[in-house]
Amino acid sequence: MDLSQCFNNYFAMHFKYEIQGGDFTNAGQASSQVKQVLKQLNVDPKLIKRVVVCLYEAEVNVVAHAWSGVIDVEVNTERIQIVLADKGPGIPDISLAMQKGFSTASPQVREMGFGAGMGLPNIESNADEFRINSKVNEGTTVEIMVYLSQA
Amino acid sequence: MTVSELVKKAELTVFAGSNGLNNEIVGGYTSDLLSDVMGNADAGCVWITLQSHKNVMAIASLKELAAVIIVNSGSPEADMSEQAEKEGIPVLGTTLGAFEISGILYNSLNA
Ligand SMILES: Nc1ncnc2c1ncn2[C@@H]1O[C@H](COP(=O)(O)OP(=O)(O)O)[C@@H](O)[C@H]1O
Ligand SMILES: [Mg+2]
Repeated sequence: MDLSQCFNNYFAMHFKYEIQGGDFTNAGQASSQVKQVLKQLNVDPKLIKRVVVCLYEAEVNVVAHAWSGVIDVEVNTERIQIVLADKGPGIPDISLAMQKGFSTASPQVREMGFGAGMGLPNIESNADEFRINSKVNEGTTVEIMVYLSQA
Repeated sequence: MTVSELVKKAELTVFAGSNGLNNEIVGGYTSDLLSDVMGNADAGCVWITLQSHKNVMAIASLKELAAVIIVNSGSPEADMSEQAEKEGIPVLGTTLGAFEISGILYNSLNA
């Protein structure tokens, strides 16, 4: 990655990660890499913590509920924008999915401690902006925004 | 209190991640739900749980936790131990249940 862009007044960085549905062994790797980059960029640790919660939950949702997905992270001087687009079963009722405790996770996934139905609520409480779009049997797109320059 | 001080005090087994035994403990969080820990644990906490798979270390690392204690004589899966070594986050074990070991940690931190 070329960090030289950072020395300009305005910079933008862009990275992409691919996620495989069902691949629990690698869950969290994209979050971990994004965290390292944000640390190198000297982003406020409090903001990094919020980004990490959002990104991890969204990443695990693709692993647990979808077939495959792409994470797109864009950082500029003002904000961190994360878009996760997956191919998967989609979410038939988004307001129901948003409710704390609602989960369609399988018993095996629950046994591992996932599937508490707290992922989407965790994202909502840590993101400045959060949008979900979903089409049943096609996939889900989650957009997360955290602003860097908020007082 | 450091992790190694807690290990002595509570007679914990060190399974992996001994390179992190000098981590400073500032608190604790007891839960078997990963999103609960993700949302509510703070950096420097010891995570008390019966979960013993690799994803625990992903969360421990992202949240910068001090250590993980597996309760009820459980032990970590091989890839959890491997990850603990890489991250420098100790994975510890106890024969006690979550309630008892949480009490010991709580009292040690508030002594
Ligand atoms: N990317 C996704 N694709 C399909 N369904 C999803 C996706 N993300 C979330 N969901 C649905 O929303 C529910 C709630 O999600 P969440 O709050 O993260 O809880 P959990 O993942 O623990 O079930 C999930 O159980 C699932 O039914
Ligand atoms: Mg989830």
